Amino acid sequence: MSVMGPPDGRGRFGEFGGRFVPEALVPACLELESAFAEAWADPAFVAEFHETLRLFGGRPTPVTPLARLSERLGLRVYAKREDLAHTGSHKINNVVGQTLLTRRMGKGRVIAETGAGQHGVATATAAARLGLECTVFMGEVDTRRQELNVFRMELLGARVVPVTSGSRTLKDAVNEALREWVTCVADTHYCIGSVMGPHPFPWMVREFQRVIGDEARSQLEDLGVGVPDVVVACVGGGSNAAGVFAGFADTSARLVGVEAAGGSAIGHGAPGVLHGMRSMLLQDEFGQIEEAQSISAGLDYPGIGPEHAHLAASGRAQYVGISDDEVLDGLTLLSETEGIIPALETAHAVAWVAGAAGNELAPGTTVLLNLSGRGDKDVAQVRALMRGDG
Amino acid sequence: MTTLDERLGAVRASGRRALVPYLMAGARPDWTRLLEAAVAGGADALEVGLPFSDPMMDGPVIQEAALAALAAGTTLDSVCAELGALDLGVPLVAMTYCNVVYHYGLERAAGRLREAGVLGTILPDLALEELDEWAAVCDAGDLATVLMVAPSTPPERVARVAARSRGFVYAAARMAVTGAAVGLGDGAAVVERIRAASPVPAYVGIGIASPEQARAAAAVADGAIVGSALVRRVLDGASPEQVESFVRGLREAIDAP
Repeated sequence: MSVMGPPDGRGRFGEFGGRFVPEALVPACLELESAFAEAWADPAFVAEFHETLRLFGGRPTPVTPLARLSERLGLRVYAKREDLAHTGSHKINNVVGQTLLTRRMGKGRVIAETGAGQHGVATATAAARLGLECTVFMGEVDTRRQELNVFRMELLGARVVPVTSGSRTLKDAVNEALREWVTCVADTHYCIGSVMGPHPFPWMVREFQRVIGDEARSQLEDLGVGVPDVVVACVGGGSNAAGVFAGFADTSARLVGVEAAGGSAIGHGAPGVLHGMRSMLLQDEFGQIEEAQSISAGLDYPGIGPEHAHLAASGRAQYVGISDDEVLDGLTLLSETEGIIPALETAHAVAWVAGAAGNELAPGTTVLLNLSGRGDKDVAQVRALMRGDG
Repeated sequence: MTTLDERLGAVRASGRRALVPYLMAGARPDWTRLLEAAVAGGADALEVGLPFSDPMMDGPVIQEAALAALAAGTTLDSVCAELGALDLGVPLVAMTYCNVVYHYGLERAAGRLREAGVLGTILPDLALEELDEWAAVCDAGDLATVLMVAPSTPPERVARVAARSRGFVYAAARMAVTGAAVGLGDGAAVVERIRAASPVPAYVGIGIASPEQARAAAAVADGAIVGSALVRRVLDGASPEQVESFVRGLREAIDAP
């Protein structure tokens, strides 16, 4: 298996991945696997995917040299600007791919899970464009924390279902979406939001996101930078990281995934099975899943995509944790030096670069930072945190 | 041939349609008394839930029972310790999710369960494609792997699932999680597909909540599984006598001429 090539026939990346779902869902996963493989080998589908990203999604997103931040840190930092994509993050790449595939499979409805609401908004957006019915499952706790995103999804014609089971957050929204999918799998596609879940989702979502890495690679060539020394991205489930890593997996670039310290599946987790996949998971000594704790709802997930678990185990990528306090510093640093307010998720990657400059990262190191999302959604929360009443 | 195959084969050979109530271990401090009550009411086998934090195939009732059991500190070890002290006289089948046994260690979990008198397991998130490792451990340890067939399972796949299922095949009556809707649904058709493919007994579950539904299920299948309807009563505080009486009602409906 080549690094970041397709998984094996059972959907495994090394010892991770697979398809751990109820029998009722297996036929749909098999159908999706062959539908995606056919579509991705069909030049017409691939062309429509890229055309949609160009005309609707705002691609290609630029690579911006971060001059003042570079000067401050003694590095050469470049940002891949996924924050400039439609709906404000890389999430649009995946949902454009999955909704086009939904239509190709002859299904008229999508369901999705969402934590902070970014993937829910993106799914509702892509569904609206194709006239697909859309239902989004969101933990009740998150619907209260992110009221505005609930309204956004509703404006886009989606129905938002508050999830009241379990911890009422993202992991339970995934459970509920899977439970719903069992009842409607014949006419509904589950538009999963990250490189997670049963095979073929982790592979398919990474392929839809690899446009980030492929674009960045050629843009850095055009800028005369070539292959950067380091490629860094934040990781919850890990779709933006998988997308950018995919463009550099076959190079000498060091790949760094930045987890929230309170949701660090690689750092503090153990192998296990959840949400259809075998991966690294936060769990207690009895195998019960623990809740992640992070300042950013988008990284509040107790697992990580199985390919990341494999990249960590094989040593091809490195995963580090960043605390909530460091995140706010990263957010203000990028805002003040570059005029870009990053999402709290993205600020984890910024904070790691800032902290590693001058020690782990020697002066002059070239760094590609995947700027996965913009911070508009987080401004109210950041203000509250800075005022000390968050 | 596992011990569970023999025991359930004998039930069928006697002309009896099996009644399999489901109870969540640890959902109440007196949960083992409820198992005894279900046996007294006429259960032929018992499905015992081992709680998991994220039960993907279960609806709100069994989720609630699982959370209650976890809050009370229920673990695989605590359940096995309590089950090992019982002599119920009917086969026990443990129902849980992959991560509980994976985390415990496959061989260790299989050994511990069997030693506690459990004769089979149902892991609803372990589909055919991922079965080999667990099945090898279970086959070696005389623990039956009970597999599910859903209304969405294509006929050629039904044959492959049934060929790997031990004890019985769990025929899902509908495309839904447990406790979401009631009635025989697609149960008869699913059982027919299983029977066309395999001699293993087929028991219908997911939607069997009342004596009438249990009777309808038993009329087309080798047995009926009743979960959420019973667990709801347990969560609402039913006494062991009330549990016995509910199970007896199911029994009588199944056996009525």
